[in-house]
Amino acid sequence: MAQKTMIQAITDALAVELENDKDVLVFGEDVGKNGGVFRATADLQDKFGEEQVFDTPLAESGIMGLSFGLALEGYRAVPEIQFFGFVFEAMDEIVGQIARTRYRMGSTRNLPITLRAPFGGGVHTPELHSDNLEGLIAQAPGIRVVIPSNPYDAKGLLISSIKSNDPVVYLEHMKLYRSFREEVPDGEYEVPLDKAGIAKEGNDITIVTYGAMVRESLKAAENLAKENISVEVIDLRTVSPIDMETIIASVEKTNRVVVVQEAQKQAGVAAKISSDIAEKAILSLEAPIGRVSAPDTVFPFGQAEGIWLPNAADIEEKVKEIANF
Amino acid sequence: MAKKKTIDFQALLNEVDTLFPTYQALDQDGNVVDESLVPDLSDEQLVELMSRMVWSRVLDQRSTALNRQGRLGFFAPTAGQEASQLASHFAFEKEDVLLPGYRDVPQLIKHGLPLYQAFLWSRGHVVGNEYKDDLQALPPQIIIGAQYVQAAGVALGLKKRGKKNVAFTYTGDGGSSQGDFYEAINFAGAYKANGVFYIQNNGFAISTPRDQQTAATTLAQKAVAAGIPGIQVDGMDPLAVYTVSKLAREWAANGNGPVLIEAVTYRYGAHTLSGDDPTRYRSKELDDEWQKKDPLIRFRNYLQNKGLWTKEQEEEVMENAKQEIKDAIAEADKVPKQKVSDFLKNMFEEQPQNIQEQIKFYEAKESK
Ligand SMILES: Cc1ncc(C[n+]2csc(CCOP(=O)(O)OP(=O)(O)O)c2C)c(N)n1
Repeated sequence: MAQKTMIQAITDALAVELENDKDVLVFGEDVGKNGGVFRATADLQDKFGEEQVFDTPLAESGIMGLSFGLALEGYRAVPEIQFFGFVFEAMDEIVGQIARTRYRMGSTRNLPITLRAPFGGGVHTPELHSDNLEGLIAQAPGIRVVIPSNPYDAKGLLISSIKSNDPVVYLEHMKLYRSFREEVPDGEYEVPLDKAGIAKEGNDITIVTYGAMVRESLKAAENLAKENISVEVIDLRTVSPIDMETIIASVEKTNRVVVVQEAQKQAGVAAKISSDIAEKAILSLEAPIGRVSAPDTVFPFGQAEGIWLPNAADIEEKVKEIANF
Repeated sequence: MAKKKTIDFQALLNEVDTLFPTYQALDQDGNVVDESLVPDLSDEQLVELMSRMVWSRVLDQRSTALNRQGRLGFFAPTAGQEASQLASHFAFEKEDVLLPGYRDVPQLIKHGLPLYQAFLWSRGHVVGNEYKDDLQALPPQIIIGAQYVQAAGVALGLKKRGKKNVAFTYTGDGGSSQGDFYEAINFAGAYKANGVFYIQNNGFAISTPRDQQTAATTLAQKAVAAGIPGIQVDGMDPLAVYTVSKLAREWAANGNGPVLIEAVTYRYGAHTLSGDDPTRYRSKELDDEWQKKDPLIRFRNYLQNKGLWTKEQEEEVMENAKQEIKDAIAEADKVPKQKVSDFLKNMFEEQPQNIQEQIKFYEAKESK
């Protein structure tokens, strides 16, 4: 085993699957010679050749349509959208076409496609590079949205996604790419889709979150422990569909919950979780469901990200409010 | 039995290529190779165009340095593209509407955006995008191709209003693969709208070489399917770029419909200064080859031969540019920080409840 960053773990997962299955195809803008703008596909073209790893022309709708067609021909398509904010160009293919095809054809066809894309705030990108658009895709049935929060999960979840016969949108938070290392096993292993993980156990209050907010929540939990508030942190890992069983079991134990997301407050993943908790476990609650999110503006200009993005301090404050309700 | 007709597909392909020669007025050394493409510009105008190109090179160099010092944010280098950018822009009027891509900041400034605002845009500050009413332009577009479809709309609007003005817009060789590119030239063509559409073909879309974008020999020939004129021009030759642009503008402004122009150029620097390393995909030989075609050297020689340009003049332009940049940075530094409460106020003309609540929350937070 070796200590790896999240981006190394992702490269690792791609290499493992390219090696194991020659029908796995990795493609997108600049993924070949350049190895992607973040180097997630670094050296893969050298190792596996241009038949398996290749650059595409600059057109997202084209990339996703290509994925559809290749998947129909029996390939496992692993397209990259260079930044997830550019997904709008490909929305019809992803949500209007890919997500519905199995249903539409009475389950006689599968589309094994894993769309990978970086997203997430805190790295001062220009417009539409960082936007948290997972809620948009989560709105569509028939497609999974997977968001890892650490290197170990990143590799295992990506392998599971590529091996899955259903389409997956696999989102990589840019701030997590190189911010820390963790033990990542060599070779193939899977982290199951549709299953949340317990990032930290606790008894007084549950935080439900995903992506970069897992680390902020863990930071908050550490501080809150000093004030004798024992926090349980649930890392969703798959944000659509959501593992409500794990959440409800935790809420029934702690009786209090705060849902944390980096995205804007309106609609989205946290709203769905809050309403499901209200629906399924309202009598276990001893306080209102708390929510921490960004405000309802467009993702902000770079200089203002620091105030706009939710952080550990915001989470701490909200947890205290709900714990002391 | 009648003989079956065979079709020579290769010949069909070859035929198209003959329709798209590269227009050129000046050779690499600045000698006139095609008198008919030399524009009727006065001596003052020629000097002004050269000054703008030199100014742009200085802006590129200073922006690169300022970015490295952490005093600018996003920056997409422009050196090498001065003729393609500044000589094309020189052919337009202030009332023509510019829809730039992220690399087209020099044109935007020459169209009237104060330099300090361009710097604020780079830093990710909303004041950089607060355009005065008489600035006929949009902020640089990040989504590749999006400005193209919008330009078709502006172009149609200008035509409907009976204006003799045009919308003009830029994208790259990569951008010409985007669906929006085709939709835009097709719409503009269908409506015979007042648009001039540029492709600045600088050989690479980040790392992806031009020949990976399309099997077409030129990008100009994409105009054929839209039923509009397409022209390829030597994008390192300011006189040819200007002439082609001016003619295209006249054609479009007079209601004949849009024109597609492919300027063949080169960016010397990285794709952007956000971590791109051009040595991964570009050779030194290729860089050297293009440096020989430099638009500044070419135009300098041409003007010097006409007795219109001196070393001293060039130095003066450079000094002035540096001072202008220094002043603009100082001005940008004075602009107050952005507030999330202000962003919230910008979202709607009339604030809905959720926004009102959040304004209160952030105002309280910001006053702490
Ligand atoms: C819709 C969309 N897809 C991808 C990107 C990421 N991206 C930014 S610039 C670029 C390459 C553009 O190349 P080209 O159009 O040739 O213009 P150049 O930068 O060379 O001037 C890419 C892929 C983007 N900004 N927007």
